[in-house]
Amino acid sequence: MMEGLDDGPDFLSEEDRGLKAINVDLQSDAALQVDISDALSERDKVKFTVHTKSSLPNFKQNEFSVVRQHEEFIWLHDSFVENEDYAGYIIPPAPPRPDFDASREKLQKLGEGEGSMTKEEFTKMKQELEAEYLAIFKKTVAMHEVFLCRVAAHPILRRDLNFHVFLEYNQDLSVRGKNKKEKLEDFFKNMVKSADGVIVSGVKDVDDFFEHERTFLLEYHNRVKDASAKSDRMTRSHKSAADDYNRIGSSLYALGTQDSTDICKFFLKVSELFDKTRKIEARVSADEDLKLSDLLKYYLRESQAAKDLLYRRSRSLVDYENANKALDKARAKNKDVLQAETSQQLCCQKFEKISESAKQELIDFKTRRVAAFRKNLVELAELELKHAKVEYVSRARWLTPVIPALWEAKAGRSRGQEIETILATTGNLQLLQNCLAVLNGDT
Amino acid sequence: MAAEREPPPLGDGKPTDFEDLEDGEDLFTSTVSTLESSPSSPEPASLPAEDISANSNGPKPTEVVLDDDREDLFAEATEEVSLDSPEREPILSSEPSPAVTPVTPTTLIAPRIESKSMSAPVIFDRSREEVQENIEEEANGDIFDIEIGVSDPEKVGDGMNAYMAYRVTTKTSLSMFSKSEFSVKRRFSDFLGLHSKLASKYLHVGYIVPPAPEKSIVGMTKVKVGKEDSSSTEFVEKRRAALERYLQRTVKHPTLLQDPDLRQFLESSELPRAVNTQALSGAGILRMVNKAADAVNKMTIKMNESDAWFEEKQQQFENLDQQLRKLHVSVEALVCHRKELSANTAAFAKSAAMLGNSEDHTALSRALSQLAEVEEKIDQLHQEQAFADFYMFSELLSDYIRLIAAVKGVFDHRMKCWQKWEDAQITLLKKREAEAKMMVANKPDKIQQAKNEIREWEAKVQQGERDFEQISKTIRKEVGRFEKERVKDFKTVIIKYLESLVQTQQQLIKYWEAFLPEAKAIA
Repeated sequence: MMEGLDDGPDFLSEEDRGLKAINVDLQSDAALQVDISDALSERDKVKFTVHTKSSLPNFKQNEFSVVRQHEEFIWLHDSFVENEDYAGYIIPPAPPRPDFDASREKLQKLGEGEGSMTKEEFTKMKQELEAEYLAIFKKTVAMHEVFLCRVAAHPILRRDLNFHVFLEYNQDLSVRGKNKKEKLEDFFKNMVKSADGVIVSGVKDVDDFFEHERTFLLEYHNRVKDASAKSDRMTRSHKSAADDYNRIGSSLYALGTQDSTDICKFFLKVSELFDKTRKIEARVSADEDLKLSDLLKYYLRESQAAKDLLYRRSRSLVDYENANKALDKARAKNKDVLQAETSQQLCCQKFEKISESAKQELIDFKTRRVAAFRKNLVELAELELKHAKVEYVSRARWLTPVIPALWEAKAGRSRGQEIETILATTGNLQLLQNCLAVLNGDT
Repeated sequence: MAAEREPPPLGDGKPTDFEDLEDGEDLFTSTVSTLESSPSSPEPASLPAEDISANSNGPKPTEVVLDDDREDLFAEATEEVSLDSPEREPILSSEPSPAVTPVTPTTLIAPRIESKSMSAPVIFDRSREEVQENIEEEANGDIFDIEIGVSDPEKVGDGMNAYMAYRVTTKTSLSMFSKSEFSVKRRFSDFLGLHSKLASKYLHVGYIVPPAPEKSIVGMTKVKVGKEDSSSTEFVEKRRAALERYLQRTVKHPTLLQDPDLRQFLESSELPRAVNTQALSGAGILRMVNKAADAVNKMTIKMNESDAWFEEKQQQFENLDQQLRKLHVSVEALVCHRKELSANTAAFAKSAAMLGNSEDHTALSRALSQLAEVEEKIDQLHQEQAFADFYMFSELLSDYIRLIAAVKGVFDHRMKCWQKWEDAQITLLKKREAEAKMMVANKPDKIQQAKNEIREWEAKVQQGERDFEQISKTIRKEVGRFEKERVKDFKTVIIKYLESLVQTQQQLIKYWEAFLPEAKAIA
């Protein structure tokens, strides 16, 4: 079953790309436009086709594509992080590793349990899982794309040589993933860094702006983390509730086909309704996931990157102060003064450079964040509304022929009228007319 | 006759009443009910109007004069009281028709109709119902006009001897009750006592007695101990709703409604305590032993099923049971997930509020707080929806699963009855053989004794046969009624449930519509 999904053809059709969750505000201009035009999912890796359109002189052609894998993205990101020159910029966070394990497991379990379900149930579940797989796939493509776009939009980073190589070099970059030794080194580096971070953060900053930003970012980061986790849980429960509708629908269908009285038609219709409901609820949860959870997750990573920037700045501040102290000491001892002076100069320059760009970066970060939240929240609200209305109309449409007949007998036409008015206000005249026709004809 | 008071099911409500009285104990009643229950059949001509027209010359001309637009209807009405509503959709099948062979009753009915039609009813339903009521009250109050409510759970007493008392309110216009509206206080064991009395009287003759709600030691202990948390209030509410449904189902059964024990339960202020419903009492243990014995017996009885209908029905019920159980499991999962969703949404709402607080861009901060509020409201919605899921859908399913168990029990009783009959026949055979032997051996006094015994056993065989026929007939009737009820129940409940879903959607729409401008306002 996995074979069908592996080596799949183009997963991204034109419309799909339009709907991709680009949840950051990307100021792309004509000089350099990057996107992921295609993606292929193989057994344990995903191959992205990175497509570039550029009028910059550095590139040989104006438009070209290369195939890249996730490790190459990580390599690019790490090269930015390690580059001292970029210490003063918020490095766009690396896209998370494509994780299809959970989805694969589920598909496998489905395959094993094939014998115990009815044919319809099996096809339904299979479709569902395939849709899930597709959704995860689309998401990971989107996140890689966002990373590239952010780099392309950044006035300094876009000129990076590694970036150009990444975009243009149409053979394998032979970037190997870090081996065990390197991973261990990384681990220690991180530990040292976080310990250092604690020390460094104890130093009060002279500049109010940065002090404020630091406290803000710290708190914000934690809260975003919390909100992101909770939002995840919420979308997951939403999804399980939607799945339940699926099962209820198939049970009702089974009841309908087996029952002997004419309630069976009723059951079949209800089962259809539940099916439709499930599809809508699944979409609701997927959209929530996209607009809310992904947004929060992205800003979790971005705020971490911003924190990293602040850390680097603080570190350079500490270095600067240390260099000052060393200079004073050297002057006092009158020994190695020149050396101390040059190192102090260097530190001073570095610090000022970082501070300047950091200020701009942080302001940009805020603008981007506000814009992204706005965009996503508006889209979230619109989508929720759309789905709620669709679901409402479909249910009301189902219920209307049934309800007036029942309620008429009980309480006069009032209830039937109510439904009719509601339908009328949602502007569905045709539906209304159908209902009236039904009422006047037979049920 | 229930159909008059409740939204008529799309299809099958009416024939129920008709089948109930098929055994002709009260020909008059049956005719009357059939007549008034066939109103909505679209082709009244199918009913044997010819028979009656001869007798109803009187009322006919009067009616025709009265209501012009109802002309055709009344023309039939005199023949067969088919009060067809022009608005009413032709919902019902014309099933009742075959059995209508009235001759005499019409004369009795005609004056009724006459008096009623004089009042030129505006709301058609009501007039029809009035006519009906009179006819039916005339005919021994066999109408379903009784409303039962169970409310006000109150804790009485303290500690381990505490119990919950529920108020049972009855509103009725039936003549067999002394008042038209009354209420009594009952406790859970009273309900169980009622059920066991009814079961002992009616189950073995083939009536499907609705099962009482189950005992729950854990739940009850929590309540007794006095834990005032949400789970014990939920438990009490669940039980109250279950008791209400139980009583409503019981009174819907026309035969059970007549039972004096039921009447006593509903009416009398003091009820002898049903002690033997306790799980650990002597009676309780006896019940368990009997159940085990029954189970063994069921396996050993091999019945020659002469009637394919029973076999078919039993198979059907088996299937239905399985399906319902599966559905019930899914619905319970839905309830659980819905509760989870509600909890998670609440947590997210709080988290979003905090995020909004820490955000320093004012417009965004406000929008995030608004989002938090919306999510909180949605969480409330989800909770309500979960309750609806549960009380309407899930409980209905579990009720029916228990009801089907009762139906299966009834089928088992029929088997036992057959067994008894078989045994009697075998014994009779043996007695005959014994007699033959006596004849040969020529012992006059023993022969006499043998002859007596033979007569005795012949009577028993006849009785057994009669019992078996009776129970088979009753079961057929009951199963038919059960099916109708089931269809009706399911339809009403599912529709109510879907209505609740629709309402939730409406609310959701409102909330998101309120939020959208806030989101757009982020500058």
